[in-house]
Amino acid sequence: MESALVSGLQGLVLGILNLTPDHVIMLLIASALLYLGIKKGYEPLLLVPIGFGAILVNIPLAEMMGKEGFLRFFYDVGVLTEVFPLLIFIGIGAMTDFQPLLENPKIILLGAAGQFGIFLTLLLALAVGFDKLDAVAVAIIGACDGPTAIYVSSKFAPHMLGAVSVAAYSYMSLVPLIQPPIMRALTTEKERMIVMGAIRQPVSKTTKILFPIAVTIFASILAPKGAPLIGTVMLGNLMKESGVVDRLKSASENEIANIVTLLLGLCIGATMEADKFLRGQTLLVLALGFIAISLDTAVGVLFGKVMCLLTGGKINPLIGAAGISAFPMSARVVQVEGQKYNKKSYLLMPAMSANAGGQIGSVIAAAVMLSVLQGMGIVGG
Amino acid sequence: MDTWTFGWTLAVIGMTGTMLVLWILSLLILLLKKIFPYQESTAKKG
Repeated sequence: MESALVSGLQGLVLGILNLTPDHVIMLLIASALLYLGIKKGYEPLLLVPIGFGAILVNIPLAEMMGKEGFLRFFYDVGVLTEVFPLLIFIGIGAMTDFQPLLENPKIILLGAAGQFGIFLTLLLALAVGFDKLDAVAVAIIGACDGPTAIYVSSKFAPHMLGAVSVAAYSYMSLVPLIQPPIMRALTTEKERMIVMGAIRQPVSKTTKILFPIAVTIFASILAPKGAPLIGTVMLGNLMKESGVVDRLKSASENEIANIVTLLLGLCIGATMEADKFLRGQTLLVLALGFIAISLDTAVGVLFGKVMCLLTGGKINPLIGAAGISAFPMSARVVQVEGQKYNKKSYLLMPAMSANAGGQIGSVIAAAVMLSVLQGMGIVGG
Repeated sequence: MDTWTFGWTLAVIGMTGTMLVLWILSLLILLLKKIFPYQESTAKKG
């Protein structure tokens, strides 16, 4: 009886005995993520489940990511198969209004320039010693698009999923702090004061319906490996614009997106086990992620300057900063920055066009990247 | 393939490819708008 009591009590202290300083550090990092999400309001929909998942996976002996752990089940089903980010893409497509882009299609080029940070960061990641596919996963933070970053990193570098996802979502929420200094540094006061004329051109409903179908067909033929990314976003958008499947559209942008966001967040947190996360490499991922988004902004603004020059000063280069996927946060940053220098300048609508271009641009950039990797024989067909 | 050949190839083709695909999409949008122009009467009915 006495030995049974001792054994029973040992069961209660085993967790404490197995608690290492690394576990404690990870629990503090997870708490910091929860603090940022709950108290500061930084991407709470993702940071709260990520933070909690990180707590669960760092409880000694709980084995949440063990062979039969419940987080392992969701990870295998939804992340390894890449299904979770794709389901979220359907919801994003259902929520996105491409009207500003359809009204002013030339601006879509700013959405391409806003992705150059991905490819420039790839070179930096290789320079600091990342493996080829790890470098791809780090660089994709520059897409400034959480699901795209998760899709690519879970495909090529699942061991880095936690660091890449945390970096992607953290920097996306910090766009209002990261972008303005770069925008100011690369433009003159005269350029920042440019008032852009009204560019509103109404778009027919037929065009809005055909747009997602045409994009899916053309872009997927050009970059077939990216068809799942392009197709899911455009399916969501087709459901929205067609107006005939309101129940499916509603489910995609509400129930499905909410459930998948919760499970995806938990799974990302579950990849943050102390032995995988507490490495020098994680700090490098965070630093390169910051550089990627800064480069996106810089190249976008510089491309805006080129367009300004080519159009005889009709385009305010500040809108180039909105050529990233952080929608509509980045467009708002441009509007606020423009207003600081010219109260008569209303850059919101053209910036929204660039921002919508950035949303498509990030998906296209990832699709192009995947297809080029396939073409080079780096990944299987 | 060595690291730098890989990096520069992916970077150059990636940037050019992204720009090219989005430029084609902008032409596609212009084409759709040309074929199916906005008509106020249709919009009011819809």
